[in-house]
Amino acid sequence: MRVLVIEDDSDTLAYIAQGLDQHGHVVDKSGDGKDGLFKSLEESYDAIVLDRMLPGLDGLSVLQTLRSSGDTTPVLILSALGEVDDRVEGLRKGGDDYLTKPFAFSELLARLEALVRRGDAPAVETNLHVADLEMDLLARTVRRSGKTIELQPREFRLLEYLMRHSGQVVTRTMLLEKVWDYHFDPQTNVIDVHISRLRGKIDRDFDEPLIHTVRSVGYVLRPPAVEV
Amino acid sequence: MSASTNLFRSSVFRLGMVYVALFGASVLLLLGFIYWSTAGYMLRQADATIEAEITGLAEGYRSMGLLGLTRTIRERLSGTPAGPSVYLLVDTGYNPIIGNLDRWPDVEPDEQGWLNFRLETQSVPEDGIEHRGRARSFRLQGGYHLLVGRDIHELEAMQALIRRTLVWGLAIMALLALIGGGLMGRSMSRRIGRINETIDEIMAGDLSRRMPAGASGDDFDQLIDNLNRMLERIENLMEGVRQVSDNIAHDLRTPLARLRNRLEVLKELQPGAAGGGEAPNEQRQVVVEAIEDADTMLSAFNALLRIARIESRARRAEFADLDLTAVAGDVVELYEPLAEEKQQAIEVNLERGVVIRGDRDLLFQALANLFDNAIKYTPVGGRIWVHLKDAPHEAQITIADGGPGIPTDSRAKVFQRFYRLDDSRGSSGSGLGLSLVQAVVQLHGGSIALGDNAPGLRVEISLPRA
Repeated sequence: MRVLVIEDDSDTLAYIAQGLDQHGHVVDKSGDGKDGLFKSLEESYDAIVLDRMLPGLDGLSVLQTLRSSGDTTPVLILSALGEVDDRVEGLRKGGDDYLTKPFAFSELLARLEALVRRGDAPAVETNLHVADLEMDLLARTVRRSGKTIELQPREFRLLEYLMRHSGQVVTRTMLLEKVWDYHFDPQTNVIDVHISRLRGKIDRDFDEPLIHTVRSVGYVLRPPAVEV
Repeated sequence: MSASTNLFRSSVFRLGMVYVALFGASVLLLLGFIYWSTAGYMLRQADATIEAEITGLAEGYRSMGLLGLTRTIRERLSGTPAGPSVYLLVDTGYNPIIGNLDRWPDVEPDEQGWLNFRLETQSVPEDGIEHRGRARSFRLQGGYHLLVGRDIHELEAMQALIRRTLVWGLAIMALLALIGGGLMGRSMSRRIGRINETIDEIMAGDLSRRMPAGASGDDFDQLIDNLNRMLERIENLMEGVRQVSDNIAHDLRTPLARLRNRLEVLKELQPGAAGGGEAPNEQRQVVVEAIEDADTMLSAFNALLRIARIESRARRAEFADLDLTAVAGDVVELYEPLAEEKQQAIEVNLERGVVIRGDRDLLFQALANLFDNAIKYTPVGGRIWVHLKDAPHEAQITIADGGPGIPTDSRAKVFQRFYRLDDSRGSSGSGLGLSLVQAVVQLHGGSIALGDNAPGLRVEISLPRA
């Protein structure tokens, strides 16, 4: 994908650009708000990584201008201000996701990919498929290889999120935010326990596991044949 | 800073001087009134007597003529030969007819006929003191003039005595006030000097110093008492800050040392060693672990910053009505699997529809920290209680566990940042969890209490509604 990174700190900019480049993405770099805004208006990107604190024109102003010109490119806001009110303000002004510095590159990548995927996905889906796993969102049933699997409501939502982002790495924080809808720091491996329960129901009785752990990043649900 | 050189600059001394001036003015006023009402009264009394006498004599003249008048005067004179009374009757040419004055005094009488003059008569005692007379003249029918008066020497002497007494009294009063003000100022500036000396010593670094308090309990002692309590608080806060930074250094040194060790291991691993397929994997493993160490430290710093931000009350603006029952339910739902892994029984009793005003994420975080602790410290197969009750003005949450509990003397300390009970040092955790819980509860205007669940810890939180 094509990503524009607007960030005034050259180290962070180089770090993000190098990482995205290594994962096969095309990166445009911009060091200040005005330049970034021009670039984002001239070119078409799959996603924009936008720092909140920028010299010249600050991140939120860039975002507002972009949105008022009808541009709907997914924007991931980066900020050292991590509290909920800052996050809410960023999202209200048209941001699609919010990441607090310091961050792990894997977290940034996972969130960017989730954003771009969300842009692609059809608006209304009633069925999700990954390999032999099927989810009927209307009947709220899950089947694997034709066998019905009983899930608790939260397990259903967890699996739904993983299936909607199949093939993508999702981090524990993303799961807490999207599945449990709380922004908080669990301090323990509580998500792992939920994943392991889900695995017990989805993977245990089958030959090929679908849910995989990505060490120190998170999890990915993918069909057995596909490599990440 | 010597007390004596500062005496005249001392506010107490200046205040004393202002007081002396005011006091002096009022004493002057009082003495003036005393003078007027004593000396003045005597004079008025004398005037009244003269008035009465002259009226009597004039009456006598009218009824009995000149002869009767001279007889009366003579009688009076003979009765009091050297007395203070002065009489003189003169004819039209001011030639004396009878009286104890040699001649009519050569002073002009005032409008009412009063005159003050020097007495030169045989009746005046030869004591070398100037005697003065005060008299009233009266014009009789037939061109005669009558003068009736008094030797006011004694009166004047009395007046002078009163005046002298008053002046001396005033002078002594002023002197005493001056000395008193000076002494008072000196004693005050000594006391202030002692306070300043102590403050100098404290500023030089000795925070344990305290001001010497007197036993009198006056306002100065109260001030000193307050200053001492302020110092106590500052010392405690400083101690807290010192403790926190000590703890930060101590608690972050461990993961930093681990990180350093891993990097060293990484350095020793030879990259791409001849055909050894293990090396890259091993390297990756070390790097992943190093990243985890860094993440541990980052999350500790993030938690510290969060607590600081919550304590600075920057987030009240984001408060909204929220369903505390739902939040508590979500916490239990999220952590339940952890408890199940330890075969712990959870007794959940949440009153429905408890709505308060607050920050949903922070309350979730606080309850999650407490519940997480409860699971962590309750032994396998133990019991955990989570209760939510709706009281008239507050929501009450109780989270109790069957763990070792917290000794009474440590209960206040566990809210300090990085504070950990000695026997929990080995287990995972940052030592920030309870600090954050307390900060969140305080942000919501609530209170938190730690109690004994016998055995175990019982945390009771009350949050005001709306």
